[in-house]
Parts: sequence; structure tokens; C-alpha cells
Amino acid sequence: MSFINRTTRAFLLWELVQGMALTLRYMFKPKVTLNYPYEKGPLSPRFRGEHALRRYASGEERCIACKLCEAICPAQAITIEAEPRDDGSRRARRYDLDMTKCIYCGLCQEACPVDAIVEGPNFEFATETRAELMYNKEKLLANGDRWEPELALRINADAPYR
Amino acid sequence: MPKLTIDGREVEVEAGTTILQAAEVLGIEIPRFCYHERLAIAGNCRMCLVEVEKMPKPVASCAMPVGEGMVVKTTTPTVRKARQGVMEFLLINHPLDCPICDQGGECDLQDQAMAYGADRSRYHEHKRAVVDKDFGPLIKTFMTRCIQCTRCVRFITEVAGVPELGAVGRGEHMEITTYVGKAVSSELSGNLIDLCPVGALTNRPASYTYRAWELKKTESIDTMDALGSAIRIDARGNEVIRVLPRINDDINEEWLSDRSRFACDGLKRQRLDRCYVRRDGRLQPVSWTEALGAVAARLKGVAGSRVAAIAGDQTDCETLTAAKDLMASLGSANLDCRQDGAKLEAGVRASYLFNTTIAGIEQADAVLIVGSNPRKEAAVLNARLRKRWLAGGFKAALVGPQADLAFKHEWLGDSPAVLAEIAAGRHPFFGVLKGAPWPMIILGQGALAREDGAAVLGLARKLAEAAGVVKDGWNGFNVLHTAAARVGGLDLAFVPGQGGRDVAGIVDGAAKGEVEVVFLLGADEVDMKGLGNAFVVYLGSHGDAGAHRADVVLPGAAYTEKSATFVNTEGRVQRTQLAVFPPGEAKEDWKVLRALSDVLGKPLAYDTPRQLRDRMATLNRVFATLDAVSPATWGAFGAEGAVADKPFLPAIDNFYMTDPISRASKTMAECSGAFGPGCGCNHKKTGTHG
Repeated sequence: MSFINRTTRAFLLWELVQGMALTLRYMFKPKVTLNYPYEKGPLSPRFRGEHALRRYASGEERCIACKLCEAICPAQAITIEAEPRDDGSRRARRYDLDMTKCIYCGLCQEACPVDAIVEGPNFEFATETRAELMYNKEKLLANGDRWEPELALRINADAPYR
Repeated sequence: MPKLTIDGREVEVEAGTTILQAAEVLGIEIPRFCYHERLAIAGNCRMCLVEVEKMPKPVASCAMPVGEGMVVKTTTPTVRKARQGVMEFLLINHPLDCPICDQGGECDLQDQAMAYGADRSRYHEHKRAVVDKDFGPLIKTFMTRCIQCTRCVRFITEVAGVPELGAVGRGEHMEITTYVGKAVSSELSGNLIDLCPVGALTNRPASYTYRAWELKKTESIDTMDALGSAIRIDARGNEVIRVLPRINDDINEEWLSDRSRFACDGLKRQRLDRCYVRRDGRLQPVSWTEALGAVAARLKGVAGSRVAAIAGDQTDCETLTAAKDLMASLGSANLDCRQDGAKLEAGVRASYLFNTTIAGIEQADAVLIVGSNPRKEAAVLNARLRKRWLAGGFKAALVGPQADLAFKHEWLGDSPAVLAEIAAGRHPFFGVLKGAPWPMIILGQGALAREDGAAVLGLARKLAEAAGVVKDGWNGFNVLHTAAARVGGLDLAFVPGQGGRDVAGIVDGAAKGEVEVVFLLGADEVDMKGLGNAFVVYLGSHGDAGAHRADVVLPGAAYTEKSATFVNTEGRVQRTQLAVFPPGEAKEDWKVLRALSDVLGKPLAYDTPRQLRDRMATLNRVFATLDAVSPATWGAFGAEGAVADKPFLPAIDNFYMTDPISRASKTMAECSGAFGPGCGCNHKKTGTHG
């Protein structure tokens, strides 16, 4: 029996018909591919993308140069130099982040006591040169300014689970 | 000796020991904030509570003396709960600012809170806030962080002897403050920072620039004064961030003077990082080859007697050895390590050492200080004298400029005539020295760095012999040096050889044109104008007076940048360690001299530090053993003759600025401004201070 079955199927191109049927079925289903970069998929509030340094609502930078992120960074991608600012508060003179070293583990934002360094939703920061991936404090603060509404939303969204 | 049981282990300790100390003998650590081994017991933090059988409540182990048959438990749930309660109370008013606190990472409260703290606070009211106090340019205060352990008050009152701190108010309103709102002016004030268990008192010059965990720690020796205190150099990258004391009971216990601690920012300023040669009246940067070539060219055809070398106050023994050998190969006997002109001789070792040793002070029962102010010249040693005085039965007298020594002493006058009178046995203090079983004489550089210094030295020897200061098993004759390099220089006999010139002779010869080439090995205290037209080669680390005058500048390494040997005032041979690398093209000083000897065609016989140290040991056996003091034999030294009528002058004008490093330091400049040059002794300059 099995011999006849197999032979018939072979001659009737049964597997092909099966495949074509599947194709036909998917023709009438909703499409899952996205027209990137014009369309994008959903991101979790915990998605760990490009870093940003946030500010308080008053415009004061949050980072106090406590160096906890520098200490915890497993890739040693962060370099901070602290100094007392003219008003006597502790601030970072330098905050350098080597994005080529970073492994996007998110430990820096976990360590940060003031929610200053965060990993935002942005993952589209490819550059043409390597040097552009050496972020400094200005770049990170500019990131923060640019993404702040979304960063605040994400932190709020994740807050109940912490 | 009472026997007691702690955590089921029996221990026998001396009567009067506290439970906490007894536990330490067993290796059981009891948490504490206010208790400190070298301070009086206060018993006010309550962190050290333990349970003792048959006692109704937990007791503070730091203040409870042991009793026979006591049964102590340190790990029971009751003890743990008691400590947790204490911790909760301490944390009520302690701000949660660890991330910006400089103590973060090395904070006792942080560590103990990890062990005994709760994970959240039950306190929802407002926290206490306290106005910060002005403790001067060295200490930054955050009084809100204070947990009122009163270690600082006890230190400044007991050890430093400058009762300037106190606590006002009670309970929650208690505040630590300077009594009259003035800065803390003690020379040991930096130790408050180490003592503070929290971040209430922090290092102001280095504030907010470092975190404890990112510093590389190197154990080394201090060279800012002649004590050779044990220090730890904390560096980040190639920058010295801070200097801390290490425990060394033979020298500094665990204290450090402010100059040794805070002058480290001078290591970054005014540094010589490349060679210079003077051309058309200006110093112009050149390469090593050119600089050494310029020295060799000038030395060509110059007779040995027309070449001279003067060593500075922080020159290490390796450099002195290389310089001595180099001068010998040039045929010169003109070398001197006593740039202040002190009339000390290299022959009898006991004549220039602090023979009693610093720890030996605690055995002494009478002291005569001559021409010295130990509080300015060796602040840590002064703390030891004060400790001895506090123990009672200690008579002290001072011949020299009046000074506040922080311990009670009799001022006998500032004239050498008084010393002569005591030596002749016509002064009542002679009887005190004679009657004391362990008498001491401390001879300062103020008494020796004068024209009749040799006669003063001779007089002091006469007194020491007549009053029984030197006897079997006890040598109470002490010379207190101000420079780290001096004893090493004398041990290596870096003094004028046969027919050689001393510092005054070299300067005089240079002015007259009889000395053509002068090597200054970090010597900046020489009268530079007096050097006339001599060709000056300066080898050192800082652009101070010497480098300004120099015709060729050779950059050397500072004490944090090399492994170098120093001999402290007791005659203890110690070695510094390299913590950071010398800046720019600078090299270890002896290597520069070694390279110069090659260029001159008279190579020195050593290429490695090891060979050089072997050579040092052949010059003087003391260099063969590190970190040990061997008793020096007594002999004849000093000169006969009358002493001049001129009063003794202080050896140090300004405690905060004594050497090129501290003169380059911004912090030290601020201190001189805040506490005044000389800090109380406003005498005329002695002419040996740059």
C-alpha cells in the first residue's frame, strides 16, 4: 500500500500542492513584515538602547558624578571625572561613554541613584566613523533632552514592576 | 589577670581591659563608631552593645572593664536587635547622600548599615539639618552627616593638644563646632578626616575628585619632614590624589602632619618635566643628550677643586651615593648635604641621631629642648612628647624661641648662655636632668645652623655627659632634623672631604670665581644670588629657586615617583615606593647622574638599583638593614669654645612651606594665608629659606 501511495503522491506533485496551499493561505492573512524604516515594531519600556543623561524639570543635570555606573560597568565603557562646581555641588567634568565597548547590559541605569544615565528606546544610532561612537557628556545630555518625554514615559510604565 | 568567656571561648587579659579589647584579642570584631584605640573612651555611640550574663541590659563593651568569670555573648539575637535599634536611630538623622559623599565606599556607617541596617526607613518626619562649620582650608565639613561620636573632639584635645573643637547643645540638637568659630589650626588637623567614621569631615583639597575604590594604593615613606612617617599614597592614573598615614608604632603611630598629607598637590605643579639649558640668558628646552652634553662641555678642563655639589633636603641616598662617587671621579672634595649650614659632623653617628628613638620618648621623664620647636619641625613627634606628658611625671624645658608646644614646659630663655649655664651645672634644670632616671636632650637645627653651631653641639655633649643623659642602655642625646635627606647624607659622609668646601665655602668660592661648576641636587635653600657667575647644574623635581638660577636643568623624580632610600632622624633606613611615574622626560635622579658619568667618560660602577644599594652598604653598613634602628656608639664630637650671645632662631619659619613641593602646593599656600606664616612664631628669616 505504502508503495502505491508514495508513487501516486510523487506523480501528482503532492508536496508541491501542499506548499502552494500554504502560500495561498498566507496570501489572505495579515502581513507581519514591516516596512522599516517607515514602519517599526513595538518596544518594551525596558528596551535598552542608546544612552542618555537626563535632567531635572528645572533644567539642572541629574548626574552627580558618584561613579557608581563607572564602577559597575562590566565592559569598562564609562569614564567619569568629578569636580566641585562653582556653586559647590558635585558634578561630572567629563562623562565619556565608549559605545563600541558597551554591551547594553543596563547595569549603569540600575546603579544610578538619581536616574541620570538611562538606556533609551533609540537603537538607530549607527555612525559612519568609529570616533562618533565615543560619546561625551554634551552628546549624552543632548540625547537626554531629545528623548526626555519618552524616557519619562518608559520609567513610569516600568515603575509598578520595581 | 581576669579570665572571661566571650562567645564560648576563654580569654585571659590584663585587669582594666575592656570587653571590646578582650574580644579583639580573640579576633572577634565588635562594631563601633566612637571607640578608637588611641583616644579616650567615650561610650556614646552605643554600637558596641553586647550581652553579659547576669546583667539586666546589654552593655557598651568599649567602656565596660572585664571582670573575673564574665560570660559575654556578642552574637545573640538580643545583641543583634540592640545593634539594629542603635543603627536605626543613627540613620534617622543621617542624610542619604552616600553617592555624593567622599567617604562613600570607605565609610564605617555605610559598612555597619550593610550589616545591621534595615532595608527601609520607618522615619517619615523631617530630618535634622545642621549648618556646616568652617574648619579652615584643609577640612570640609558636612555637619548634617555627623553622628556625634566625638572622635574629632577627643583627638584635637588629647593628641593634638589644641582644644579648639567641642560639642554644643544636647540630644538631637548636639553639634560639633569650633568654640569661637575659627579654623582648626593644629598641624595634625588632617587626622580628623581619617578619624571621622562618616563623611562629616572630609578632605577639602581633594573633595569630589575621587572615589575610594578607584585609587591605587602604594605603601611608602614620607619625606616632608625628617621623621619618615609611614604613608600610603593613593593615586589615580598618574596623579597622586591623597596621602594617608599607615600605622607604624615606632614612628607615627597612625598620625600624619598636615604638610605631609596635603602638600601632595604640589607634586603636580611647577614640575620640571624636561631638560633646559640657558642660552642668551633664557632657559630653553633641550633633549637629554644636549643637556648632558652641555654639562660635560662645561666640565671639560675644569679642575676638581673648582667643582662642587650641594644636596637638598629631600635628596635620596641613592642620588647622594651616585653624586659622591661622581664628585670623587672628578677629583672634587667640595660636597655638602647640610644646606642650612648646620654644624653637624659625619664622624660619630650618635652625634646626629635621635638616639632615644621616637617610641623611646614614652620612657623618658625629663626633656630639655634646645633651639627647636618640635611642633613645627616634627608635629608627629611633638604629639608623642605630649602623650608622654599626659601620662604624668614628665618635666620639660625649652631653651630657644618661645613656642606653644601643646604640652606644659618651662621656658628657660632663648640665649645659648642659658644652655652654657645648664651645662656648667649652675642652673636648676641641671638638677632635674641629673635626677631623672631617663633624661632627654633634644637639639634642634635652630641651635646648630649658626656660626657657633659646633660649640653649641659641644656644649650639648658636655651637658649630656655631665647630667647622665647618656649612660648604659639609655642614650638621651637627640638631634631633631628638619630634612629627610640629612641623616642619610651624614651616614654617607656627603660632607666636605680633605680640603673641601662646605656650603658657605662653596657659595663664597662661587662668588669669588674659585668654584666654577656647582651641582645642586634639589637644593633650593642655598643663597642663589651668592653663587655669582658659577655654572649651576640643577637636578631636581620642581622649578623652585635652584632651577631659576640654573644654567642646566635636569628633571628628576619626586619622592612618590621612585623607590629610594631615606634615613630618618632616628637613623632608621627606609625605602619609598614608586606610586606614579615621573612626569614627562624626568628620570630618577641617580640614573641621571649615572648617565652624566657616561657622557663624562668616567662611568660609575653600578647600573642597577641593586648594585647601587650594595655600594651604599659598603659605604655604611647601616644601609644593609631596612626598617631597623641600631644603637649608635657614643664618641667625641662638637667643638670647645665660647658660644655667641645671639639668641636661638626658629629652624622653620612657615610650617606649611619648607621645601619645593610644599612651596608649589596651592593647599599649603592657602594654609599659610589662613594660619599666618610661622603660625605664631614671627621671627626674622634665617637666610636659609630660599
